[in-house]
Amino acid sequence: MEHTLESLEQEHHVGGGRKEIWRVTIILTVFTLIELALGVWLMNLEEGEGAQLTIDFIKGVIVIFMLAKAFYIVGYFMHLRHELRNMIMTIVVPLFLFVWFIIAFLADGNSFKNNKNKYDAGHKARSEEKMPKHEPQEEHPLH
Amino acid sequence: MMWYFLMSDAFTFGAFLISYGTTRFATNQWPDPYAVFRSYPFGGSHELPLVFVSLMTFILIISSVTMVLAVHEGHYMNRKGVAKYLFLTILGGLAFLSCQAWEWTHLYHEGAWWGRNPFPNADGTVSTTNFTNFFFTITGFHGFHVFSGVVINIIMLIMVLKGVFDRRGHYLMIEKAGLYWHFVDLVWVFVFTCFYLI
Repeated sequence: MEHTLESLEQEHHVGGGRKEIWRVTIILTVFTLIELALGVWLMNLEEGEGAQLTIDFIKGVIVIFMLAKAFYIVGYFMHLRHELRNMIMTIVVPLFLFVWFIIAFLADGNSFKNNKNKYDAGHKARSEEKMPKHEPQEEHPLH
Repeated sequence: MMWYFLMSDAFTFGAFLISYGTTRFATNQWPDPYAVFRSYPFGGSHELPLVFVSLMTFILIISSVTMVLAVHEGHYMNRKGVAKYLFLTILGGLAFLSCQAWEWTHLYHEGAWWGRNPFPNADGTVSTTNFTNFFFTITGFHGFHVFSGVVINIIMLIMVLKGVFDRRGHYLMIEKAGLYWHFVDLVWVFVFTCFYLI
């Protein structure tokens, strides 16, 4: 570990300083507020039933904001954007495995569900049973 | 080295979240998060979804900001500034942990725990225990990271106050602790979205 060399270079990858910190803070706050607003929209939509396409669309937009927040945290708070290019690549390139990982596994889960519904009639019937109505209204100190 | 540790940790969390996603995709119905997470302390029987968890999210974002400021002061070798912002970061971490402790206690009293799920699916059908198992495992694993982050920050604060970094001539150690802390915040961004919003 070349600490002396690192600390010399530190001056160069400090980045935009305080101004940048506040800018990123405001961006993160605004993104979170947008996510929450979308969540409230989603919540009120679900009472109306149907509209599956709208629900999926809103969820997609939330995921995009989530990834944008991740970019700002890693890039600015964790300074990755101000590191050396090769350093950035050794971190970011392995993470691309997640692209395959997510697509493959979610597709697998989805096909498992479809096959089970198609070939296991009992499973489908069981998953349509309504939950018996009994509200567990026990007394407890923390509510 | 911290970066490579965090990368491996990212894969651990990624594997958890993806197995959660796979299970959700493989299940016909799932509980509605807005119906499950809707209580907050001192709220009595009032129910407001999202309020409490947004508070937790903002606490963690703010503590991340104070951590950046501590690292920033470290660049200028300002011992008092680093100590002040590190202290605020520790407070933020403790506040987050208390929120999570309250939420877990509340859910436990509602009958939810590993292997027990009192919540029906969004359409009123019987749900599996996958929902609570994943929730408690993943938020628990994240909470454990927050806890160790707080411990690391406390050690850093003690070292700062003793002047260890002034003698060493640089505050790089604070930067490494900061990386870990931001990673904890980063993971929460994903956990928050996957469990409470979607």
